[in-house]
Amino acid sequence: MIDISNIYKSFNSKQVLAGVDLSINTGETMVIIGGSGCGKSVLLRHIIGLMQPDRGSVKIDGTDVSRINRKELFALRKRLGMLFQGAALFDSLTVAENVGLGLREHSEYSAEQISDIVNKKLEMVGMSGTGGLMPAELSGGMKKRVGLARAIAMDPEYILYDEPTTGLDPIMADKINDLIIALRSRMALTSIAVTHDMVSAAKIADRIAMLHQGKIIFCGTPEEIKRSPDERVQRFIKGEAD
Amino acid sequence: MPLKLNILFQRSILENIGRSTIDLFQEWGAAFILLGKISLSLRHIFRNFSQILTQMMFFGVSSLPVVLFSAVFTGMVAGVQAAYQMQGLVPPIWLGAGISRAVLIELGPVLTALVVAGRVGAGIAAELGTMKVTEQIDALETMAIDPVAYLYMPRFVAGAVMAPVLTVFANFVALVGGWLVAVLSVGISSQMYMDGLRFHFHTRDLVGGIVKSVFFGIIIATSGCFHGSATEGGAEGVGKATTNSVVTSAVLILIFDYIISAWIFR
Ligand SMILES: Nc1ncnc2c1ncn2[C@@H]1O[C@H](COP(=O)(O)OP(=O)(O)O)[C@@H](O)[C@H]1O
Ligand SMILES: [Mg+2]
Repeated sequence: MIDISNIYKSFNSKQVLAGVDLSINTGETMVIIGGSGCGKSVLLRHIIGLMQPDRGSVKIDGTDVSRINRKELFALRKRLGMLFQGAALFDSLTVAENVGLGLREHSEYSAEQISDIVNKKLEMVGMSGTGGLMPAELSGGMKKRVGLARAIAMDPEYILYDEPTTGLDPIMADKINDLIIALRSRMALTSIAVTHDMVSAAKIADRIAMLHQGKIIFCGTPEEIKRSPDERVQRFIKGEAD
Repeated sequence: MPLKLNILFQRSILENIGRSTIDLFQEWGAAFILLGKISLSLRHIFRNFSQILTQMMFFGVSSLPVVLFSAVFTGMVAGVQAAYQMQGLVPPIWLGAGISRAVLIELGPVLTALVVAGRVGAGIAAELGTMKVTEQIDALETMAIDPVAYLYMPRFVAGAVMAPVLTVFANFVALVGGWLVAVLSVGISSQMYMDGLRFHFHTRDLVGGIVKSVFFGIIIATSGCFHGSATEGGAEGVGKATTNSVVTSAVLILIFDYIISAWIFR
């Protein structure tokens, strides 16, 4: 369970998050939607402790992410996986080394065991046989899938997705959606995705929350969001400019 | 109206000076904090040994050709210059001595460091800067891998170890360059050049130059890591980080050259 309570964050004088409250239940997929630049990535970075809130707290299973020391934070992060918007693969490492890096650094597995796990994870994301390639040789969609394999390599309990489908063609985007759904049922993951892609949100979400001007202005099921009377929500899901 | 403008103008200048001064101090503070973190992470030196080896290869092997090439010409210039300055004043037996002290104390370590700052320092800043703006450094963090121990410390160690190694090679090649000039253009015998080298060789000169190069290697690597990891704003930011890294190293190399010279060669 992730409990985000009343977090504020500003850069210089720009208020990005202004009292965000949201809780994500264990086992559910929460999708946070909102326009570009509204602070979705900033919110995700608070959850995994890459940024500290000016005020408020993020608690993961009761542990306040911004109040623990670095060692405890690292221990916590081993239970979380994150897929970055641009996949953020290490470009000096091969696909297999990217996926296996966490295991190599943190586990006692032998090189063969790691290689087996890496192959299994690559197979789960439909990238079997690509272990020897360099990230520069992959297309955008393939990078995202490798990034996904890397995020699940350590069998995390939580996974964070930053715009998993942005920048992909609709077919590839749909494959990623299917993967997210498949992974969730296979690994009992609690997932948080941020996106501005409503199609993806509607497909993968148990609940959708909308971030607008630093606050969560709506939180409910995909069915409920369609019926929301809030004009700002309606404009966003219909893709209308104001 | 002109008066008012004038006041406005002055205030903005003062404000700018004030702000840049604060920025400068903040930047130096951040650089020292990074240096402290790197020093602490030296305890992981054996865990990350393969990274260190990779970085040593990059630092040393990749810059060896350009270092040697610069060194041979440096030695030749030192030869020409020494011969010219000594003309009619000092017997040519002193030529070897003049060249060797200039090379061992100053030219070898300093010019090697400047060449390496342009080659390796820029490379470190560009690589880490790209990793920063493409979120690869954040990705390491989220995988519970400390970027200081995994990325910065290996570069730091490689700099501290390989800059002296390169300097030793450069010294040797520069002395060969000096010999070429002495024999071919000044017209003294090889024997005379070698005697000049041998009779006026002081271990302190060689060691002093190498001590300098350890500091220079640390400056180059730390500056590359610092500017690289502080990169913001896409490809343009990477370009700026690279330039800043080279400029910072070059200036610091010259400053430390003075400080260490004043300390060792009193
Ligand atoms: N490290 C940072 N420093 C300064 N401003 C930032 C930083 N990170 C994000 N911002 C600002 O916060 C706002 C929200 O950014 P972001 O969360 O990336 O938006 P998005 O919803 O598109 O993911 C943007 O205006 C951005 O400029
Ligand atoms: Mg974003």
